[in-house]
Amino acid sequence: MIGPALVEALGRIVGPKWVRHRRAELRTYTMDGLPTRESYPGAVVMPGTAAQVREIVRLLHLTDVPFVARGAGTGLSGGAVADPDAVLVSLTRLNRILSVDRARRRAVVEPGVVNARLSEAVAPLGLYYVPDPSSQSACTVGGNVAENAGGPHCLKYGVTTNHIVQLDVVLPDGSELRLGSTHGEPWGPDLVGLFVGSEGMFGIATAITVRLEPLPPSVRTMLADFPTVRAASEAVSSVIATGIVPAAMEMMDRACVAAVEASIYAAGYPTDAAAVLLVELDGQADAVAAEADIVQAILLERGARAVRSASTPGDRARLWQGRKKAFGAMGRIAPDLAVQDAVVPRSSLPDIMDRIAEIRDRHALSISNVFHAGDGNLHPNISFDRRDADVVRRVHVACTEIMAACVEAGGSITGEHGVGSDKLGYMPLIFDAETLGAMRAVRRVFDPAERANPGKVVPIHACREWRAAPGARL
Amino acid sequence: MSDVVHGRLRALLGTAGVERDAAGLPRAIPDSADALSLVCRLAHDEGWKIRIEGQGTWLPADAPADLAVSTRALDQVVSVSPADLVATVQAGTPLEALRRRLADEGMWLALDPPGRPERSLGSIMATATAGPLRHGFGPVRDHVLGCTVATGDGRLVKAGGRVVKNVAGYDLTKLQVGGFGGFGIIAEAHLRLRALPRADVTLLARGMRDALTSAARDAMAAELVPAALELLSPALAAEADWVLAARFVGTDAAVQGDVRRLAPIGNLAWQPLTPDKTAPFWSLVARGSQGGPVTLRLGVLGNGVDDTIDLLAHDLDDNLLSAGAGSGMIRWTGDAPVERLRAVRRAAAAREIPMTLERAPWPVRRALGHFGAYREGVGQLVGQLRDTFDPGQCLQVALEGSGGDGER
Repeated sequence: MIGPALVEALGRIVGPKWVRHRRAELRTYTMDGLPTRESYPGAVVMPGTAAQVREIVRLLHLTDVPFVARGAGTGLSGGAVADPDAVLVSLTRLNRILSVDRARRRAVVEPGVVNARLSEAVAPLGLYYVPDPSSQSACTVGGNVAENAGGPHCLKYGVTTNHIVQLDVVLPDGSELRLGSTHGEPWGPDLVGLFVGSEGMFGIATAITVRLEPLPPSVRTMLADFPTVRAASEAVSSVIATGIVPAAMEMMDRACVAAVEASIYAAGYPTDAAAVLLVELDGQADAVAAEADIVQAILLERGARAVRSASTPGDRARLWQGRKKAFGAMGRIAPDLAVQDAVVPRSSLPDIMDRIAEIRDRHALSISNVFHAGDGNLHPNISFDRRDADVVRRVHVACTEIMAACVEAGGSITGEHGVGSDKLGYMPLIFDAETLGAMRAVRRVFDPAERANPGKVVPIHACREWRAAPGARL
Repeated sequence: MSDVVHGRLRALLGTAGVERDAAGLPRAIPDSADALSLVCRLAHDEGWKIRIEGQGTWLPADAPADLAVSTRALDQVVSVSPADLVATVQAGTPLEALRRRLADEGMWLALDPPGRPERSLGSIMATATAGPLRHGFGPVRDHVLGCTVATGDGRLVKAGGRVVKNVAGYDLTKLQVGGFGGFGIIAEAHLRLRALPRADVTLLARGMRDALTSAARDAMAAELVPAALELLSPALAAEADWVLAARFVGTDAAVQGDVRRLAPIGNLAWQPLTPDKTAPFWSLVARGSQGGPVTLRLGVLGNGVDDTIDLLAHDLDDNLLSAGAGSGMIRWTGDAPVERLRAVRRAAAAREIPMTLERAPWPVRRALGHFGAYREGVGQLVGQLRDTFDPGQCLQVALEGSGGDGER
């Protein structure tokens, strides 16, 4: 528990109104986007400057209190949830875009800047920030850095780690470091690459230098509907095999399309299709036009019943609407939604979709699939009611079976949502004790006392012991 | 001592797994990741220093050590999946061997590192030496999905995975790519491949350096998407003038469109290379970066390219030099005393430009370090990471120099 003295000391740093410690005030912070993990933090503190972050972290270091950094709380792995003995550091007030360098295509932002706001802010300069998680209208760049977030357009342009070049970080002992360089060349070993995706366990990034990309001069979005999921999956591999790399290749199955079309987000997707595939091409107009012809021919050859194509922003937005709002639409099916995340090699897509359907039927569950087909990143989403204990149990068993199937296919337990607390138990499926031990040892270089986001990502009981680095900060 | 080491290695690996180098140093040649880890464990237990070697074409095999460990018998392409565009290769595999194998199946690894074609993939990954294609396809780390590493004390760590999108656990692969072996010896890696492009066209423009860097900026502003846009010194390009080389790969339509848009850029006479000249040209550039004993890279963008080349030209020379106009990387090859190189690093750091020593004889590596002029606190962190992965300090790798200028 967090005592009154610490609450007061935090208040002296940020001002009392930016500290929450009464139970009712903490309610908002008991969960992130994962419905199955709930915990009251000991207190919530909301710094408004990087200097305050440093002072807070130093105080928590001095008092040996664990902390959890949190952005918008849209994460889906229970990573931004704190236990009662920990202080939750909410970074949403650090929401300034500090600088934009048009010529070098760089921006420096605070961690609480909302992902979509950054792209909006630089759009007049003809630039955008590429990673676009589905939650981009709410999630923060700092959270994206912690999770190494992805999104539909990561197929062509890479995930968050490919767009972060420099980080100012506060380590868990309160010391400050600048990692990387604005040019993108690591300064020494690639510590920026190591920090991105560390899920808040190496420290807190207070200034993030991102790479911006020029807005493509031409974009074409195509929507193809298929009689079988297998045919759609095979079409994905056929397109990639041409050497054309679409900006995005997104698939939705029948259940997902049904949910979208029954909602206010209806996008005119064919509800009798087994699968709908969205393909987006971008680049110079002549190249996009020629590549669109090739892609369309492949989609039809692979069994698409129809291919719709859009080039204007309005028409493209309509095709995308159902995809972007799919998660919201699924919310209507049942009170709770387990948004799953796993990866398989692209060639395994048809088989894994059959496996998921079989698991769904065996456990009598409702699963909608919407996913980044181009890179094999699945999102089987299970609609359920967490008040029903038996359903919760079946959801858990089904998730475990889906993870095991993906790992068996040569894949991974998470492609963009992170491990958090949700997937701790799956980590030994893909990493041996030695490798888990290495991860823990690296974490202890940044955080010897393991106070930053404790208990996440690496299941400590499954680690082979590595000795702590001599001279590690204590 | 040498006989003891040789005998212990022979007991571990068999006669075929050990030899002596030209100077009589025992050299272990493990043919599996497990065997590699056993060698490291033995060295760790005995307190022996290890010199890491690949195909022996990039870093000189001159680090003082009790034994050499060569990855050259780890030369198998373990698997290639055309449908997934992923290959699993052992670290000693020569780049050229992989390239041939992939080309047969319609794929390629979009890396064109400096050096000889038989350079091992382990060397390319450990030194993170990308070439001109970095502009279009990213640095080396973007091509490595996961890797198996033997640490200095003989643990086998399997970082990452073999799928293109993966955030399970901390990204330890990033530490190994560009770690120069200081965090372990890479045994095997999963690599991201691409389908062979339909079209692959290189055009050259020749002229004054300033005119070419200005044209490169114009090309970027015009939103051309070259796979490479590289400024090359006359000696490196084997030409009379400076050369700006633009390479476009992709579908015919995309490439032809970009070639058309390039034509007016910079008022230059852009001349396409004939297909039979393209590969030899880039191969010449890659080999040219080995035309002196020392190779450096500096990260710099935009207008900084001109200033940084001026800095190099003033303090060193601009004989064998290349600059990625959009990728933000300048590579210099030549010869200079340690103090001069150190001064360049300090001058670059003052401009917030990191300088990495990619290649040099051991006395230069030891004195200068692959890295240096770190910002405050970074050197300590790097040192602790090294202690974690090589607690006995067996891996004879000079990440930081001995001159006490690790941090500024």
